Amino acid sequence: MLSEQAEKNKKAKDNIEKKMRKAPRPEAQTSVFVIRKRTFTLAFLGLFVLFTVSALVTEYDVIGGFESLPKAVAWMAKQFIPDEKALSRLSSILSKLMETALVSVAVTVCAATCAFFFSLFGTKTTKTHPLLARTVRIVAAFFRNVPDVVWAMLLLFSFGQNILTGFFALFFATFGMMTRAFIETIDEVSASCVEALYATGATSLQTVFNGVIPSSLPEIVSWVLYMIETNIRSSTLIGMLTATGIGYLFDLYYKRMDYGSASLVVICIVILVIAIETISNKIRKVIM
Amino acid sequence: MIMPILEFRNVSKIYDNITKALTDISFSVDEGEFVSIIGPSGSGKSTILRCINRLVDVTQGSIFFDGHDISQADKKEIREVRKKIGMIFQHYNLVDRLSVIENVLHGRLGYKSSISGAIGYYTEEEKERAFEILAMLGLTEQAYKRCDELSGGQKQRVGIARSLMQEPRLLLCDEPIASLDPSSAKVIMDYLSDINRTMKITCIANLHQVDVAMAYAKRIIGITAGQIVYDGPPGDLSKSKIYEIYQSEEGELITDAK
Amino acid sequence: MSELEAAERLPVYIDIREHMRKTRSGKIRTRARSKSNLTIRLTILVLVALTIYGFATFDYKDIDFTKAAVGTWNNAKVLFAQPRLTYSTWGESLKELFVTFSLGALSTIFGAIIAFFGALLCAKNIANPVVAGITKSFVAFIRAVPTILWVLIFTVAAGLGSVAAVIGLTFHSCSYLVKAYSESIEEVDAGTIEALKASGASFWQIVFQALLPSSISRMTAWTFLRFEINFTNAIAVGAAAGAGGIGFDLYMAGSHYFDLRELGFITYIVLAAVIVLEIVATRIKATVK
Repeated sequence: MLSEQAEKNKKAKDNIEKKMRKAPRPEAQTSVFVIRKRTFTLAFLGLFVLFTVSALVTEYDVIGGFESLPKAVAWMAKQFIPDEKALSRLSSILSKLMETALVSVAVTVCAATCAFFFSLFGTKTTKTHPLLARTVRIVAAFFRNVPDVVWAMLLLFSFGQNILTGFFALFFATFGMMTRAFIETIDEVSASCVEALYATGATSLQTVFNGVIPSSLPEIVSWVLYMIETNIRSSTLIGMLTATGIGYLFDLYYKRMDYGSASLVVICIVILVIAIETISNKIRKVIM
Repeated sequence: MIMPILEFRNVSKIYDNITKALTDISFSVDEGEFVSIIGPSGSGKSTILRCINRLVDVTQGSIFFDGHDISQADKKEIREVRKKIGMIFQHYNLVDRLSVIENVLHGRLGYKSSISGAIGYYTEEEKERAFEILAMLGLTEQAYKRCDELSGGQKQRVGIARSLMQEPRLLLCDEPIASLDPSSAKVIMDYLSDINRTMKITCIANLHQVDVAMAYAKRIIGITAGQIVYDGPPGDLSKSKIYEIYQSEEGELITDAK
Repeated sequence: MSELEAAERLPVYIDIREHMRKTRSGKIRTRARSKSNLTIRLTILVLVALTIYGFATFDYKDIDFTKAAVGTWNNAKVLFAQPRLTYSTWGESLKELFVTFSLGALSTIFGAIIAFFGALLCAKNIANPVVAGITKSFVAFIRAVPTILWVLIFTVAAGLGSVAAVIGLTFHSCSYLVKAYSESIEEVDAGTIEALKASGASFWQIVFQALLPSSISRMTAWTFLRFEINFTNAIAVGAAAGAGGIGFDLYMAGSHYFDLRELGFITYIVLAAVIVLEIVATRIKATVK
């Protein structure tokens, strides 16, 4: 191990020394460097064109954009700070935040449960009919790629400004994402033990419970934790469209130009998200 | 005359309509034999084993296990066949996050109803039997450890214990020692040899190493490009035959260095 | 019995009963007692409890669930089965799609440039641990604020329009790419860096001669993956903050014209674009892993 490392170091050093020796003589420069330079220049040019076109299409004011940054920071430092009025609203902010957090947890748990059963039909490990597996993947792709905004709009028609509107909008998107993630995880984690279980004469159901679930559960829990965190952020946005949860509250204060209260909302979200992230990382460390 | 426990009759396997894995393979194995299949990687050794317990379907020909043609068996029959055939793998294929004893008990799944196997209901006799087998393989202390805490040699012994739990008539060993260091490899081969001799379980082992095959097997089958090129006792396996099996010239094989 | 013979023949002197663990009812245990299994169970238990508590305490406002569900199903049929443009045209929609694409591109480019320097401050193999710690917490803070809130905050300072949207999207791109880039950099062989240091190369020489060439392909892949995310985020931001692009069209169709067919048509346009991006991204991902 050690000698290998030393060998590697030596090789690297040799390489660099070679390069250094070559550097002072321009005529000795290998074509690799010329090609690399050319590729770099081309890529840079391509990006510059993309940038210019994009800026023109979106009417992006490049200078204004840079100027706005310090302006925004100055504005935030002066106005975007919780004031006394904001603090008096803390309890209502916290209750809405709690609602949003619970919705995210509930959505993720429900979607994960459905996605897990669904993904069992999409993996190679359960040996379902290839056509069925393919259908599962297509359905998952559909739910994943229809923007959650569309789901929210659609649900608004019948559910109105209700907590369930946001719930189902997030549910569909989460379900699609997790189905794909679970199919990948199951294929990756349990392929080898699944083969052995089938070889003992186990049925598909037995294989799922004795092989697939125990070996993929840590990955699945990790995904669930990640999606809870993501869904808190997404439900803020969905909440603005469906007038529910913490997103609605922010929108309300923001439109009233009550920036002090709005800033308190942001601070509360940040604390919640970072807390969830920290707990999730701790759990991940133990279970993985 | 002893009836062969396993018989291949003109078996061919073609993957995805293109790749020929096995061409017209015929051989039979008697009860209690220790057969080793040797050949270069990709020659079809694994495919032969996987055809026996139907992890792979054969394209042509028939395979008789215990007198029954299993090449056309339906789902229920496959299950019956599989529970009588134990298999151990190069990469052990254990459920790493479960305990050793749970992995051993997986050998009983073929005997259970789908539901009771799924919820992990095992009788006390089965659990005691699992402990006996673990004791036989020197793993008693490890019974409640998770499999990912074990060394490679220990994992392979759990793999053997799982297959013994099936009360198998035939043991398929797919490169059982290819991922092990020499001393654990010897331990595993000794166990397999013991099991074959004392429990009278027929063993078919794919082996990479010619010298190991010569030392343990009573019969060697050499495979090259999906065809049998040698079938006989290790004593008759000449050097030139080995070169033919591995399609190489003298001096190219590591065994030559000895 | 042959198996018993085997047990006798092999030297077994240990009493296996000593090693069996029993449950309270006297049965033999089979499960491994590990911290990891316990944590998994506890986590699942807590999450399920929170879910049940959530469903019990949500304010449903006396909604008639069956009626709403049936209504949604009928609306979904109209939306997906009868797409039609009324208020907008094919050309306009494609133009708006391109605007969204450009918003995604701009924020990815800005994000990539800033994240590159951020990653240099963060990567374990080259950075000062104190600086890395500060950068990482800063990045965690940025990530914790939802994109839409960044956009709205910058709208106050920069006015409604693409500037606020791009900056808001850039913030999250940065935090994502800093993590991805620094991991790519950390994979560069430590020996290479050491050797360069030993030969007296300056920090920037190390960066451009060793780090960049060996991690550029991974970094490019990550950047594209982020572009895919930025594109979908640009749709959402366009809808919720009125930042333009196809997302705003979605919002108008749904919440102003109340036209399901128009909403359906735009959804299909978006779906087509996103699926193309996803296919490309999946290919790229396969090369990175």
